[in-house]
Amino acid sequence: MSEDDEDQSPPSDLRSQPPPCSPNKSRNCISSSSSSQTFPDHVLENVLENVLQFLDSRCDRNAASLVCKLWWKVEALTRSEVFIGNCYALSPARLTQRFKRVRSLLLKGKPRFADFNLMPPDWGANFAPWVSTMAKAYPWLEKVDLKRMFVTDDDLALLAESFPGFKELVLVCCEGFGTSGIAVVANKCRKLKVLDLIESEVTDDEVDWISCFPEDVTSLESLAFDCVEAPINFKALEGLVARSPLLRKLRLNRFVSLEEVHRLLLGAPQLTSLGTGSFSQTHQSEQEPDYAAAFRACKSVVCLSGFRELMPEYLPAILPVCANLTSLNFSYANISPDMFKPIIHNCHKLQVFWALDSICDEGLQAVAATCKELRELRIFPFDPREDSEGPVSELGLQAISEGCRKLESVLYFCQRMTNAALVAISQNCPELTVFRLCIMGRHRPDHVTGKAMDEGFGAIVKNCKKLTRLAVSGLLTDQAFRYMGEYGKLIRTLSVAFAGDSDMALRHVLEGCPKLQKLEIRDSPFGDVALRSGMHRYYNMRFVWMSACSLSMGCCKDVARAMPNLVVEVIGSDDDDENREYVETLYMYRSLDGPRKDAPQFVTIL
Amino acid sequence: MTYEKVNELNLKDTELRLGLPGTEQAKEEQEVSCVRSNKRQLQSDNEEESTPPTKTQIVGWPPVRSYRKNNNSVSYVKVSMDGAPYLRKIDLKTYKNYPELLKALENMFKFTIGEYSEREGYKGSGVIPTYEDKDGDWMLVGDVPWDMFSSSCKRLRIMKGSDALALDSAL
Repeated sequence: MSEDDEDQSPPSDLRSQPPPCSPNKSRNCISSSSSSQTFPDHVLENVLENVLQFLDSRCDRNAASLVCKLWWKVEALTRSEVFIGNCYALSPARLTQRFKRVRSLLLKGKPRFADFNLMPPDWGANFAPWVSTMAKAYPWLEKVDLKRMFVTDDDLALLAESFPGFKELVLVCCEGFGTSGIAVVANKCRKLKVLDLIESEVTDDEVDWISCFPEDVTSLESLAFDCVEAPINFKALEGLVARSPLLRKLRLNRFVSLEEVHRLLLGAPQLTSLGTGSFSQTHQSEQEPDYAAAFRACKSVVCLSGFRELMPEYLPAILPVCANLTSLNFSYANISPDMFKPIIHNCHKLQVFWALDSICDEGLQAVAATCKELRELRIFPFDPREDSEGPVSELGLQAISEGCRKLESVLYFCQRMTNAALVAISQNCPELTVFRLCIMGRHRPDHVTGKAMDEGFGAIVKNCKKLTRLAVSGLLTDQAFRYMGEYGKLIRTLSVAFAGDSDMALRHVLEGCPKLQKLEIRDSPFGDVALRSGMHRYYNMRFVWMSACSLSMGCCKDVARAMPNLVVEVIGSDDDDENREYVETLYMYRSLDGPRKDAPQFVTIL
Repeated sequence: MTYEKVNELNLKDTELRLGLPGTEQAKEEQEVSCVRSNKRQLQSDNEEESTPPTKTQIVGWPPVRSYRKNNNSVSYVKVSMDGAPYLRKIDLKTYKNYPELLKALENMFKFTIGEYSEREGYKGSGVIPTYEDKDGDWMLVGDVPWDMFSSSCKRLRIMKGSDALALDSAL
């Protein structure tokens, strides 16, 4: 499960700081500004290398690289895992020039609002230049983790051919490829341990990719293909699972029936994480398989997901594993409170819980009563429309806050909320780092008092001292943003939609939140004055997204002119000629290598 | 005369009055205002019902990814009845079980349906409700549990007349 997991560390690894020594100079010419005079430089370098190799955290490594040129160089030699939060912040060449021994790359592309059709397709974030550059530079690459990137089958083929030791491929919210690309990876990456396709769009090329895995025993530990909308060869899958003794995580797609899941479970009781396929009985068979027995045999399962096309009467089959579960994802299952309560009643160890709002406030109360260890809650709307019923409300959230004191992360879709409930959760759950509330009806006030939601969100930013990510909704005035600026000192990601009254709101945030990295705003009355007020911040941020606000082209041009290392993209709507001054979408981000060369027609880089 | 302020609105300003402006017809006004304010109350309580179901949705709002939206069942399905001049559309979500659905269909097309049994289907009326499922197959309504039916049903066809009779005898 990975819907926008918070990444732990601060900005891009590659800032424009002491430039690395040019490759022309030989090692001994590099005079380190380190204090040691007695040892020759290369000895010091070796010592440093042996020490720095143990640094794992990005944060620490970034800090170490700034000590002096020698540390910069040695850190670059010893960094094996590179994180790039925005693929357009730098060129692939810069990556391979600085870091020579990379084994693992985590690369993110499109901004999150692209997921909601706020950006035309083919905007960019192509994996191609990265894979072709790395193919030459990193023969020992083992892991690639991409999020919101455009990946083609050719890219996957190149990857499979270029890296003999390749072990892990994780594609989250990606698109551009199909089952034929997956087949090549399955076939050629003989050391593959992880193949996780998560929430990605995978075209059905009618290739039996499961059969493409090599015949011998595999090293597979994790296989996730729940997002692949294509039938699979079950017999081949069964065989694959049987010859993958290290397999711990398996996430099936909806084309795998309940009976088939049953057979797989019997053959793989060592699984720790299971994503079921379709949870419904397709054929009326005489002897119904004993699903509960199969689950009972899986003593190690701690994470359950899937439950597509759920037939609720089969839900009790999972009861034997409930007591062990630390993670449960019901977010594709339309489960009523009556069906839900007997299940959740057993899940005492649950830490992560995702579900649809069909469980109602009543279901949430049941969660609050049982799941005392809960860290993360996500409630999605069964009917995601502005004017839908909304079966969950402030009651459910309040109950959760009272029962689950260790809560760290909340995503909650609803139609009704009160300030009182937000105050309550801010006081009951001091460990909150992520708070994302989506009141689906736009501009909805507190439904009991009729007031704006300012005080509620104010309490959140004030009392949740560890808050790093916030998404707001409902009727909000500038006051809410004043609170954010005053108290949101650790906020790194902020999402705003249909909120605020004036430029002051955005100013409060830009002037008050020193750690702000990612700012995404839509349909809010913020204009040029607000944009200008943040110019001291933009080089220290990963990106700013503003769509359907009140920005003018002239102001955006001014910003672009004043900040040469900032790429200012204006993404047009259909008719550019009609209103040339109005900026429909602004997406801007810092870059070390100037504006990108692959921008499509509808993008204007100022 | 005082009007209660509903949702910060002064109803007096918007009241429709009988007679010329400036004249007062106390009793009649009262009646009118009662009706009006009740109506307003109702409207604010049932906000969702008063908005037409075909209200245009804002792009990308609420922020739910499309693959999540696709997984939820489509509610409106076309219903055709053999011999009827035009099709109807119903929202499957408004029904909780088969009896409710069949009753609604009976009312809509003015027919009565026979008794359902798992073995023999619908006996006795010459009317057979069928549906097209996700795989494109035509199935008899009632065989699978309601939840599964409502999420996989793409359209309904009520067979009658000679087609139905042929099926009847075949079963």
